[in-house]
Amino acid sequence: MSHNNPHDLRYTPSHEWVRQEPNGEITLGVTDHAQEALGDLVYAETYPVGKRLEVGDPCAVVESVKAASDVYAPVPGTLVAGNPVLAKTPEVINRDPYGAGWLVRIRMESGSDLAGLLDAAAYERLLKEGS
Amino acid sequence: MSELIFNRSRPGRRAGGLAPDSEESAADLPASCLRKSPPLLPEVSELDVVRHYTRLSQKNFSIDTHFYPLGSCTMKYNPRAANRLAMLEGFLSGHPLAPVRFKQGFLECVFELQEILQSVTGMSTVVLSPMAGAQGEFAGIAMMRRYHRSRGDAGRTEILVPDAAHGTNPASAIMGGFKVREIPTDREGDVDLGALKAAVGPATAGIMLTNPSTLGVFERRITDIATLVHGAGGLLYYDGANLNAILGRVRPGDMRFDILHLNLHKTFSTPHGGGGPGAAALGVSARLEPFLPIPFVGRDPTGGLRWIGEAERPDSIGRLSAFMGNAGVLLRAYAYTRLLGREGLRRVSAFAALNANYLARRLEAAGFELAFPRRRASHECIVTLRREAREYGVTAMDFAKRLLDHGMHAPTTYFPMLIPECLLIEPTETESRDTLDAFVEAMVQIRNEAVTDPGRVRAAPWTTPVRRLDDVRAAREPDLAWRPPGRELAPGA
Repeated sequence: MSHNNPHDLRYTPSHEWVRQEPNGEITLGVTDHAQEALGDLVYAETYPVGKRLEVGDPCAVVESVKAASDVYAPVPGTLVAGNPVLAKTPEVINRDPYGAGWLVRIRMESGSDLAGLLDAAAYERLLKEGS
Repeated sequence: MSELIFNRSRPGRRAGGLAPDSEESAADLPASCLRKSPPLLPEVSELDVVRHYTRLSQKNFSIDTHFYPLGSCTMKYNPRAANRLAMLEGFLSGHPLAPVRFKQGFLECVFELQEILQSVTGMSTVVLSPMAGAQGEFAGIAMMRRYHRSRGDAGRTEILVPDAAHGTNPASAIMGGFKVREIPTDREGDVDLGALKAAVGPATAGIMLTNPSTLGVFERRITDIATLVHGAGGLLYYDGANLNAILGRVRPGDMRFDILHLNLHKTFSTPHGGGGPGAAALGVSARLEPFLPIPFVGRDPTGGLRWIGEAERPDSIGRLSAFMGNAGVLLRAYAYTRLLGREGLRRVSAFAALNANYLARRLEAAGFELAFPRRRASHECIVTLRREAREYGVTAMDFAKRLLDHGMHAPTTYFPMLIPECLLIEPTETESRDTLDAFVEAMVQIRNEAVTDPGRVRAAPWTTPVRRLDDVRAAREPDLAWRPPGRELAPGA
């Protein structure tokens, strides 16, 4: 299966994508592979704005007819926004995982960066190894 | 599809034959507690009720009517003999508040079942009060918490759970106030020992394991895991969902588990899957005994049996229900163990494993892809249909739905999530080779059809009382309570 993973994003082995915003925040979502593996999303919930996050802390939950999965923070920081359209229309994650289906915005803790995350080529290699 | 019983309702129609003809029982309730309008109940005759539910029951898929290879659920035949013995008049007319001197026979059965399960599991003590597997888990986690606290060890806030675990494991850990840390699985289906080493530490309260795991393979490094977790001060919790695979061969106690729950409605063949209720046994190693839930049956020096309660167990986590567990279910499990005996219970695991491995090898020979082709199946096996999904656009769910048209209940689909497009298949020891062959034949036919007429498979089932259900819409827009026309609730109410 081929996925169109944008080259300007960073990725995690647990199938999240991360975009660095100009204001020092990051936007987080789940990858095309993740939405396809989960199948039709029926529910999505983000943690409350203001929540302090360590690396690996859950910051959102997505649920499909197959499974419920936590989505993890890839960097330490503070949750500053959740995507408001998900409560009514979780299916935007299936339709547009890298755009309208974003999950949360996180203000990164100062001194942290995205250097430890995968680039698109490395993420695609990981998907290939796993299949 | 049957109409709802509400559609048969006619004003004033009654089924009074079995109900008391007096209404005075509610007379002494204060007026503020009495309802102002009649309850929303169907007004039907007794015969309407009997016919309605009998018809519904005839449309059901059940172990009594169909092959039911639901993975990690152990849907096996419930022997009629166990049912008959549990329905003896002396048991049926018992009352939980009757003095124990009138209940020695029942207590003897429960006591012996405790002892039999101790012997089968290698645990120090087994009690039978949990009303279901999930409650057994919850009680086990509560005991884990109480154990660490009793030692002044308040820093143990994490429970380790492999990513292949049943969803109830992390749920029970969270309900018990712990944080869950997920441990990955390696390529051959074992717990990733390196990742476990990195995760285990002074915050570890314990690890929850199913062995054999839900991947249908035995966890080969269980002694290393036990040493690692115990060495760090954590406890080992055994989820007994897959005990059927190892019954009478390997004991969780010998694998050094500290706490376990068994689902009597799986391994010990009491009714299951809507025919329940469920029931669980909870077993512990000696150091956790003080915290066991009450009540359980103990024997006095004089030989008499009685309930052990609060007075003798001040450190108990308490009661799980008003009384002592699902009495009728415990009796069925007791009858099952006595009917089979020690040797019979060993044969259960032999044939459960033989059937699963026969099915795995036949499916492999028929061209299906096994998730772990190099591993021996425990009592269930996993087929991945990712190739069929890729090449014919026919998914594991489509295969599952089409199996219903072949008169077989679908195996577990899309669990564990680690395996794409998977079916988790558990035939159990009670199925004949003919049934297993028929299942393989049905799978081959469905795959042939996926090539020649994929639309037919994707639209299955065709022969069931209801056709393909829109489960996505049902989950997105749940409509849980029926109301008669004119009395609908406002949207969002």
